[in-house]
Amino acid sequence: MSSAQIEIQLIASIVAIACAIPGTFLVLRKMALISDAISHSILPGLVLGFFITHDLNSPLLIIMAALSGVVTVVLVEFIQKTKLVKEDTAIGLVFPVLFSIGVIMIAKNANDVHLDTDAILLGELAFAPFDRFLFDGLDLGPKSLWIIGTILLITIGLLFAFFKELKISTFDAGLATALGFSPIMIHYGLMSVASITIVGSFDAVGAILVVALMIAPAATAYLLTDNLKKMLGLSVIFGVFSAIAGYWLAHWLDASISGSMTTILGIVFLIVYLFAPKRGLISVLYRNKQQQIEVSLLTFLLHLNNHQEISERHINHLNEHINWRRVRSKSVLDLALKNNMITIEKNIISLTDKGKNFTDKAIDYIITNDHSKIESIKEDFFLFRG
Amino acid sequence: MLGSFAVLRKQSLLGDAISHAALPGIAIAFLITGTKETNVLLIGALVSGLLGAFWIRGITKRTHLKSDTALGLILSIFFGFGMLLLTYIQKLPNANQSGLDKFLFGQAATLLARDVWFMAIVTFICLVVLLLFWKEFKILLFDADYAKTLGFNIQLIDILITSFIVIAIVLGLQTVGVVLMSAMLLAPAAAARQWTNSLGVMVVLAAFFGATSGVVGTAISASQNNLSTGPVIVLVAAVFVGFSFIFSPSRGLLFRQIRFIQNRKDLELHKTLAFMFEIAQDHEDVSHPHAIKILNNFYGYTRKSLGKLERKEYINVAGSMWSMTPKGYHFAANLYNQQKNENE
Repeated sequence: MSSAQIEIQLIASIVAIACAIPGTFLVLRKMALISDAISHSILPGLVLGFFITHDLNSPLLIIMAALSGVVTVVLVEFIQKTKLVKEDTAIGLVFPVLFSIGVIMIAKNANDVHLDTDAILLGELAFAPFDRFLFDGLDLGPKSLWIIGTILLITIGLLFAFFKELKISTFDAGLATALGFSPIMIHYGLMSVASITIVGSFDAVGAILVVALMIAPAATAYLLTDNLKKMLGLSVIFGVFSAIAGYWLAHWLDASISGSMTTILGIVFLIVYLFAPKRGLISVLYRNKQQQIEVSLLTFLLHLNNHQEISERHINHLNEHINWRRVRSKSVLDLALKNNMITIEKNIISLTDKGKNFTDKAIDYIITNDHSKIESIKEDFFLFRG
Repeated sequence: MLGSFAVLRKQSLLGDAISHAALPGIAIAFLITGTKETNVLLIGALVSGLLGAFWIRGITKRTHLKSDTALGLILSIFFGFGMLLLTYIQKLPNANQSGLDKFLFGQAATLLARDVWFMAIVTFICLVVLLLFWKEFKILLFDADYAKTLGFNIQLIDILITSFIVIAIVLGLQTVGVVLMSAMLLAPAAAARQWTNSLGVMVVLAAFFGATSGVVGTAISASQNNLSTGPVIVLVAAVFVGFSFIFSPSRGLLFRQIRFIQNRKDLELHKTLAFMFEIAQDHEDVSHPHAIKILNNFYGYTRKSLGKLERKEYINVAGSMWSMTPKGYHFAANLYNQQKNENE
């Protein structure tokens, strides 16, 4: 592994961490798409900054870009406040307009400069190590490493300083106001951090990857945990993992690094989406199935409880009365038998004491909705959980 | 046109997500067939766009992730995957790979007559389907549960709408490009929404706004060199939206402000009138003249507001005296009753 390779992976990992932190909060605050909007609308800010300085490396560019990111947020909120359209429509209106302005400004005035939409949208990580930060002729490493490193440090500092405030205002804005924090201040603070992070990262990894790095790790982590701290930690881990794995995928395929990092992020999300223990697709489907069987069982037991007549309790009567198919009736019957809730004598089903007890409790629960009554049933069925 | 449905369904950014999600489809279609035939690539884009759209639905339905997260996720992941494929394609020893990324940013100028015909036909099909299923779409849009109880297959209708949005987006991609497609979908519909509450009128208006901004934008960009078509069209559409936001009669900001001020003025007048009413009540003769001076310890009256009341024939002003007319007395007496009735 050459030093350039190490540097690329280092930059990618740091970008991933710097994005994962604000990204987590954006996802929790249901503002994930703001990051997409910002990443597009920084274009006019960049172009304006370039017109002022005529220098592609000036820090003013980053400041202008971050500013236009914040302007996007303000505009979106303004449009939203007029209540003429919904928030998502507001976002969808603002950023294409700003982006168009940027494109037109480039096309009219700066056509011959190295500032084209491809480079801004896609970025190229492979070139990052060649842009070195020189100080007194001393090589201090790649420039983007310094920029994004500083941003990361600031972000982490702010995170630790305002963790409590962020947490409260994210989950309960009303409480935060009551406690005397200003949710608006925190909102704009978060937006500024997100905006700066996007700007700082995008020239290393491209706008699309920034969005992916912000949303995907946080969303993946959110499927696995409900704890904010764990979620932050997990999203950092996912981010770094995809950064490094993505680099090697790109190395192997000889393709774009940012593209392959995003692809890895997508694969990680897909795996978690399918297999997450509680929220995954498979476990959700399994739980739905399970609940369906339990509801069937309950219906069946209630039916037995309501009818004392022999004819109503005949095993063949089940099919027509509750209108179940043969297989389903059989599986419900087996489940009830296995739990010792019914006995079958000469094809006549009767409730055992345990079954009677269970049914009574269930009726109680349905009527009163009192949770303490069903503590004992919870062991057998998770239908009543939650 | 289909944008109207997207806006009303709160899926505005679906357009953005799908237009990004179409990229890997284009790349894969190219990888498999090796041609740059527009139709083949479009089918690829369509398939991956649909895949993205339905995955988004799956995520929001099956997990607790919100739709914005799902959209952003699909958007960035599909696009990144597409980029990976594109860069991979570029490295392949194949001569005709260039120009694939033209799909991304769109070039209205590169459209051939054949493409235009193709688009026209698809638009026509969309129109026919829209008219056929108008009732179903409408019900689903505003009251999905009601549609379900009426026995419509809402899933099928939903898939139909989503598919048509995807088709429209994929077609539009060639013209305005990925980033601006969402604006093309949204802006006309958002503008049209301000002018009407009726779905039918809104769809027609949105189509009109969209077509107009397309024509005007193209004209502007053609009149100057170095001006790409897509962004200009979007800016024109944005002007439409801004104009609608401000000047629409019932919802617009300007008229809302005017109504607000008017209401406030009416309230002031009523306040003065109510005060006069209390004074006039004390006399047997309602129209007994009083000095204007006694209104002094009550702010909120001016010469202008008195003049206004006189013009409405609620009071008569003679010199420094005022008197209430029977009409004014009646109106003032019912002032609070009326409001009470309205509130109840």
